[in-house]
Amino acid sequence: MINTSNILKPNYVVALEKSWYLFRKYPIIPLGVFFLLVFVAIFAPILAPLDPAQGSIRTRHIPPVWLEGGTAAHFFGTDSLGRDMLSRVIYGARIVVMVAVSVIFAGGIFGTIIGMFAGYLGGLVDEIAMRIVDLLLAMPFLLVALTVVIVFGQSLTQMIILLIIFSWDNFARVVRAESLRIKGDAYIDAARIAGASDIRIVFRHILPGVFGVVLIVASLRVGQLILIEATLSFLGAGLPKSVPAWGVMVADGQGWITTAWWIAAIPGIMIFAVVMSFNFLGDWMRDYFDPRLRQSA
Amino acid sequence: MLLLISIFVFSLSRASGDPRNLYLDEYATDEMYEAWGIKLGLDKPLYIQYLTWLRDVMRADFGESLYHNREPYDLIKERLPATVSLAAIAFCWAILVGVPLGVLSAVKRGTFVDYFARGFALLGQAMPVFWVALMSILIFSVELGWLPTSRKSGLDSYIMPALCLGWLPAAALLRITRGSMLEILDGEFIKLARAKGVSPIGVIWKHAFRNALIAPVTMAAIIIASFLTGTVVIEAVFAWPGLGGLSIDAIKNNDFPMMSAIILLFGVFYLAANMLVDLLYMVLDPRVRVE
Repeated sequence: MINTSNILKPNYVVALEKSWYLFRKYPIIPLGVFFLLVFVAIFAPILAPLDPAQGSIRTRHIPPVWLEGGTAAHFFGTDSLGRDMLSRVIYGARIVVMVAVSVIFAGGIFGTIIGMFAGYLGGLVDEIAMRIVDLLLAMPFLLVALTVVIVFGQSLTQMIILLIIFSWDNFARVVRAESLRIKGDAYIDAARIAGASDIRIVFRHILPGVFGVVLIVASLRVGQLILIEATLSFLGAGLPKSVPAWGVMVADGQGWITTAWWIAAIPGIMIFAVVMSFNFLGDWMRDYFDPRLRQSA
Repeated sequence: MLLLISIFVFSLSRASGDPRNLYLDEYATDEMYEAWGIKLGLDKPLYIQYLTWLRDVMRADFGESLYHNREPYDLIKERLPATVSLAAIAFCWAILVGVPLGVLSAVKRGTFVDYFARGFALLGQAMPVFWVALMSILIFSVELGWLPTSRKSGLDSYIMPALCLGWLPAAALLRITRGSMLEILDGEFIKLARAKGVSPIGVIWKHAFRNALIAPVTMAAIIIASFLTGTVVIEAVFAWPGLGGLSIDAIKNNDFPMMSAIILLFGVFYLAANMLVDLLYMVLDPRVRVE
């Protein structure tokens, strides 16, 4: 059918309306932020104008370029040790991507496997797995993380491991529910009659069925993970001071809030923009692929 | 459940290495070392150690705080009111804003109110709490000079910490209330109520809202749990003299007895919140009562 309503409008209006439609249908801005983040993270050494760890007392507290006293040499200004903020922000993107990717991958795989076996086998396995999930939910994560830092000191790997321990439970719960549903399907019975082992059934026949849910949970979790990482780093329990993580940078700026507010403000805006984009993407993926999950996740 | 948490805390305390290293410095002699070992019961098997530890904990005896040189129990009792009052105000504001806005945004779907409410929720869920707190100090205290920057003083010192602490839960409540209201408003019995001439307000608040309450009530338990971590962050930024500050101190000074007391307390707190929710379910949903 020809849409006659467009004939009366000038071309540019039609183009605008079309792009507005695309904007509403697909998460274009969040996708843009996502790709920018990954791009910057990969090419950080090439993109960063200066060394993120190198400072000088003479270049201390230079405001960002758009403020009075700012110079083009330091686009986002410099921090209290005279280090270039833009370069630090760029290297911070690396940390975000590294933490998010490794935690989501490891936590997702582990949680999926546990969830599938718990759902499929039921009985004691299910009972134990779900008790552990409940236990993790009852632990105040932040405090446990802080305590672990007292006991073992702080490092990047340790924080990633901690985050993995506290992020697989979400996957396990959703995957378990999904496996319970699939377990009742006729093709699982067929596979069992054909003599397939439990392990084969789980990996060959249940895994493809839960894959979609896993992706959605992963995309919904990423934003939260980044926030947790930033919070831990801010409290001084996440990454060591030397690492230019955004949370660490905000903490650095806390003491200079009255004189050099941009030190805390800029990395915070970065965290905000990235988390917001991931939340948008997650919501969009859920609505697009599996609206049933609206309530549970 | 509580038993599992206590085992976890105990094993963390043992995983940190010999507890004697926390109490004694490098100048301690071997005899002192042995004496402390016997005093702490380290010469006995692990499960006996656990049981003695558990017995002490039951009597609220966590051992002396290493940093404050006082009983953690007394310290907690001293600091608890500040945290609880802050969390209570934040909780009230989260509920008073989150739930009605969620209902409104579901009822007036697609209007300005809806967009405003969802924007509020999106911001609340994406902004790091510590950053919001810092920025609000910058704007309202440093630039405008309306509110005190930090520490607990009069009522106005509660405003910023409580608002920052409550924003994320308010956002979560709003989203979940909106979702379940939308679902309920589609139901047959709503159509019936409308058809038989119940006023729109009656339909929304008496028929739909009461049924949509279950999801937000579950959320409330999670919110209380989230305050446990939220207060740590907020108290760190606003220099609030509460439990969060206490735990930060404990961490900075490797104060293990203090830390284990706080973690156990939070665990108990969380379980209590969960039980309360189960009871509330019975009030809200007659079907649960029958089962």
